[in-house]
Amino acid sequence: MLDVNHITVEYNNVPTLIDFNLHMDKGEIISLVGESGSGKTTVIRAILGLLPQEGSVAEGDILFEGRSLLGYSEKQMNEIRGTDICMIFQDSGAMINPIRRIGSQFEEYILLHEKISRKEAHQKAVRMLEAMRLPDGENIMRSYPFQLSGGMRQRVGIAMAMTFQPKLLLADEPTSALDVTTQAQIVRQMVELNHEFDTSVIIVTHNLGVAAYMSHRILVMQNGRVVEEGGREQILQEPSCEYTKKLLQAIPVMDGELYVE
Amino acid sequence: MDVREKEIVLEANHVSRIFPASGGRSLYANQDINLKLYRGETLGIAGESGCGKSTLVRMIAQLDSPTDGEILFHGKNISHLKGEEKRKNRRHIQMVFQDPADAFSPRMKVRDILCEPLLNYGLISRREKDQHARRLLEMVELNPDFADRYPHSMSGGQRQRVGIARALALDPEILICDEATSALDVSVQKTVVDLLIRLQKEKNISIVCICHDIALVRSMSHRTMVMYLGHVVEIVPSRQLGHDTMHPYTQALKDSIFSIDMDFSVPIESIDSEAPSPLNAPSGCPFRNRCEYCQERCEKEIPALKEIEPGHEIACHRFS
Repeated sequence: MLDVNHITVEYNNVPTLIDFNLHMDKGEIISLVGESGSGKTTVIRAILGLLPQEGSVAEGDILFEGRSLLGYSEKQMNEIRGTDICMIFQDSGAMINPIRRIGSQFEEYILLHEKISRKEAHQKAVRMLEAMRLPDGENIMRSYPFQLSGGMRQRVGIAMAMTFQPKLLLADEPTSALDVTTQAQIVRQMVELNHEFDTSVIIVTHNLGVAAYMSHRILVMQNGRVVEEGGREQILQEPSCEYTKKLLQAIPVMDGELYVE
Repeated sequence: MDVREKEIVLEANHVSRIFPASGGRSLYANQDINLKLYRGETLGIAGESGCGKSTLVRMIAQLDSPTDGEILFHGKNISHLKGEEKRKNRRHIQMVFQDPADAFSPRMKVRDILCEPLLNYGLISRREKDQHARRLLEMVELNPDFADRYPHSMSGGQRQRVGIARALALDPEILICDEATSALDVSVQKTVVDLLIRLQKEKNISIVCICHDIALVRSMSHRTMVMYLGHVVEIVPSRQLGHDTMHPYTQALKDSIFSIDMDFSVPIESIDSEAPSPLNAPSGCPFRNRCEYCQERCEKEIPALKEIEPGHEIACHRFS
């Protein structure tokens, strides 16, 4: 379904992502893990065609359902973005206009991609919000972003992203800004969505625990390169790369060693 | 380590902090908090955002004053100090902030950042700045030549080390770390934690660290305190955390951690609801509307902290 063929992304002619290769099937969940600056977000931006101005794909190709995304015009990309390929950001509150109510923005987004009446769009939005277990969707539609908690805003972001049942969902650190209890709820919901709609998901995270729980395959990245790739068991049980081992050891676990006694 | 034989550095007695809110309402950020901090000990505070962790440590650092109750530093009430006395007392309690990029002036060199507190208290002369900056940088395992850098030309981990060095410049007795490692990558986080522990052993300082990751809190502190909606719900020696009887909320926090050796075939456990707003806190036990063990009594009575075994206190009607 998605084929990222040996791409190299450069910012001002400095390669940031080097020879990145990914083949993805329908319904698969893939995690990209690694430290800040390792190129995880660049992968997602390249797929969405949202690299900053000084960035460009210097080599390789990105094929979505057999067609090259790099050859698409801006208009074609706009049609795909938000329907076939959707994105969830680290803080969905920051992507929503702070001085407009959730409702008007959600309706506008639906009307942009579908020819229905505003009333129908409103009903559709409320249905999506309630499907994300947000209590009282009508009330959320009337709210401003700052009136919602971080977890609720993130659910609004996911509800919007899932409106058109995208084939590919890109999530950039979707739970990093949340409390652990909320993180657990959101991660569980994302897995349920994957089961229900057979949506393929690429999730960028620095939390190896979240990556292991959610995904079929994990890609460990460092300095713009993939240093290890494999299934959950392989990465966790038999990591071959020194960097992966170091990452695994650095995670605090509940019954792990105590540094002070 | 038996904390009971240790010297008490700081004590909070029935501390409450109430903020006025719109419509004449009151927001209870902290309610009746009692705690003791011992010399050379790390106390970890865990809890969700909005539970009052930061309000509590801000009061300890004298950046805010309690509405009720008192905070004693070596037996002396510091909660309503003013003027020069407050300033003098502050050097004993220093703070490391969450985002080191925001905590420094971007226009100051590392040398000036590190020596500002020393100059403030008249402990060194301007000529000695370079020497002290280099000493502090070495203490936190950074290259002394970093003294000439600006904060933006360092990585997050390096900046946080400078933050620690600045907080320790005055040789405080208490170091407060408010999510000091949350903004860092896991591998960097570990090295910063290692540094804090080494410095604590060398200087025998007390550390209060706030963190929302209960696994990290447990691994780096002697005792862990769990807060919920402005209340302390459990204080437990970290080595017992996760094994012995626990408050239902502590259990929920623990269950919602994604671990690399968890059983991936079962869905992750988590309380489904979100914490109520502190403006709208339930009567009785603050946790009751998310608690599976809620009984009639919980709706009426706020459970008090009760010692169920040495050093382990729980505020829950199930254990009283």
